[in-house]
Amino acid sequence: MTVTALTPPVTTTRPPRAPGIVRQACDVIALTGRNLVHIAREPLQLSDVTVQPVLFTLLFVYVFGAGVVLPGGGTYADFAIAGLLALNLTTSAMGTAVGLSTDLNSGVIDRFRTLPMWRPAVLVGRSLADLLTATVCMAIVAVTGLCIGWRPGGGVGSTLAGFALFLLFAYALSWGCACLGMVSKGPESAQGVGLVILFPLAIVSNALVPTERMPTVLRTVADWNPVSAVTSAARQLWHNPNPSASIPAWPMQHPIEASLLWCAALLVIFAPLATSLYRRRTTE
Amino acid sequence: MPTDSMIRAEGLKKRFGATVALDGVDLDVPTGSILGVLGPNGAGKTTAVRILTTLSQPDSGSAWVAGHDVVREAVAVQRNIGVTAQDATVDGLLTGRQNLVMVGRLSGLRRAESRARADELLDQFDLSDAADRVLKGYSGGMRRRLDLAAGLVTRPPVLFLDEPTTGLDPTSRVRMWDVIRGLVGEGVTLLLTTQYLDEADELADRIVVIDHGRVIAEGTAAELKTATGGARLEVTLSHPSERAPAALEPFVAGPVHVSHDGRRLRAPVRSESGLATTVVRALDTAGVSVDDVEVHQPSLDDVFFSLTGHPTEDPDDVPDDVPSAARLEVARS
Repeated sequence: MTVTALTPPVTTTRPPRAPGIVRQACDVIALTGRNLVHIAREPLQLSDVTVQPVLFTLLFVYVFGAGVVLPGGGTYADFAIAGLLALNLTTSAMGTAVGLSTDLNSGVIDRFRTLPMWRPAVLVGRSLADLLTATVCMAIVAVTGLCIGWRPGGGVGSTLAGFALFLLFAYALSWGCACLGMVSKGPESAQGVGLVILFPLAIVSNALVPTERMPTVLRTVADWNPVSAVTSAARQLWHNPNPSASIPAWPMQHPIEASLLWCAALLVIFAPLATSLYRRRTTE
Repeated sequence: MPTDSMIRAEGLKKRFGATVALDGVDLDVPTGSILGVLGPNGAGKTTAVRILTTLSQPDSGSAWVAGHDVVREAVAVQRNIGVTAQDATVDGLLTGRQNLVMVGRLSGLRRAESRARADELLDQFDLSDAADRVLKGYSGGMRRRLDLAAGLVTRPPVLFLDEPTTGLDPTSRVRMWDVIRGLVGEGVTLLLTTQYLDEADELADRIVVIDHGRVIAEGTAAELKTATGGARLEVTLSHPSERAPAALEPFVAGPVHVSHDGRRLRAPVRSESGLATTVVRALDTAGVSVDDVEVHQPSLDDVFFSLTGHPTEDPDDVPDDVPSAARLEVARS
C-alpha cells in the first residue's frame, strides 16, 4: 500500500531542524536541567549530597579518628577525607537508580517517548545531572575536610587530578546504578537493592580504616575493590597518609592505573547495558 | 490511503500475554475532524492510542498518522502529534511553566520560542497565575489542562486525547470540553477516547464504539441512536381519558402503555421533527387536555447496551457524579 504524504496545515509551527548532534546536545541539556531541579526539590535526595557529607565527615573523623592508629603515622583527618569522598560518592550514586526508576514508573516517560527527541538523552541527562550533584557533594566534603585540618599536599595539578578521578569514578558508577534503576520494580526497591550493593562496596575497602587487620577474605576483597583503588590513588596524589601503599596487591601498587581501568570497565559494561535495558523497558 | 485521512489504522492487533487488547481495529479520521473512540475500561482504547502515538507497537496491522507509518517513521509521526495520555504525563516536581518549556525544548524549539509558547499556552489555559507553582499544588483539573497544553506546544496538526476528563469533577469537565472545542476551530484533527457517552456525543463528529478490542459500531451520534431504535414518547394528561390512546395511535411505533392512574401514557415512536406539536394537536382535537409531552431520544448508554448486551458501567469505574479531583491527587501521591 502506498502512503501519500499529507500537506501539513498552515497553522503548524515546524520545529526547526537542527543538525543531529546539536539537537542531541539540546535534549541532553534540557533533561539535565530538569533532573537538577528534581534533586533540588526532593529533600531526601538533596540531603544525601549536602547534609549527609558534612555529617559523615564530622562523625567519622571525630568518632573513628579517635580510635584508629594509622600504620606509618599521619592524622586521621588527612587519611579519611579521600575515603569519605569515596564513601559519599558511592552511596549517593544510588540517586541515579532511584531517579531513573521514578521516571520509568511515572507518566513522564510516556511524554518523553512521544516527543521527537533523542531517546538516549533520558539516560545521558540523568548521568550528567548526577555528575553535577556528585561535584557538589565532593566540594562539600572537601570544604568540611579543609575546615577540620585536612590538607592535600601534592600541588594544584595533583589535587585537581585526585578530584577528577573521583568524579570519573562517580560517573562510571552512575551507569551501573542506571542499570539497577532499570531492572528494579520501583524507586523503593531500587533504593533497597542499591543500599545492599553500594554500602558494602564502600565499607569493605580502605576508605575508612587501613585494610591490614581485616580477615584475609575481606582484605582481599578490599584490596581489589575499585573504591579502594580510587581512594588510594587520591591519597597518593594528595600526599595524604596511604597505608595501602605497602600492600603488594597490584591495584594497591598502581592505584591510579587501577582506578582508570576500573572506571573504563564500568563504563564499557554498563553504558551499553543501560542503553539496551532502557530500550527494552520502553518498548511494548 | 486517501490523502484526506489524518489518522488511519488497519487491522491493528495487540495482545499482552493471554489478554487480547486489540483484535483487528480499523480507524479512519479525516483531516480536521474529531473521532470519539468510545468504550468501557479495558476495551482497548488506550492500547490503540498508544500504538498510534508510537508508544507501543502492534503485533500485526498498520497505522499511519499524518501520512507516516507509526512503526517505521516514528519520529516523523512524533513531529506531527500532540498527546494527552490518561495518566498525567507532566512532571510533578517542575512548575507549570518549566514543564511547557521543557516539552518545547525537547520538541526542538529554541529556548526563546519555548518560553514564548509556554506563556501563550499558560494564558490560553487559564494557568498564568499558577505558572510558577510546582505541580504538587495543582488541582486535578489544572493538571489535566497543563497536560493538554503540553501536547499543544508545537501546534501539532494531530491530537490524541486519552480520556481527557476521566476523574475530573463536573465543572472541570465542562471547562475541558470548552477547551477541546476551541482546538477544533483551529483545524486540528483529533482522536479522543472516552468512557463517557455524553462526552463523545458532545465533542465528536463521528464515534467508534470499541468493546473487547473490536470496533462494534461506527457512525455519528445520531446514526448510532437511530440504529438502536426510535425515541420514546411520554404524555401526561390533566385527567385520565379513554380517548387518548386512540388519538396517539397514528404516531406510535408500538403499543401504548397507560399508567395505573390513567394519566401517563408511554409509547415508542419514530423520532421526527415536529412530533410533539403534532401529538398535542391530535390530543387537543380529541378533546384531551395535556399537562406535559416529552420525546426522549435514546442516550448513548442505550446504544451501548443494545450493541453489547451489557451496560457500560464497570465496577472499577469512577462514578460520574462524585467529584474526584481529590481522588486523583491521592492516586498520584
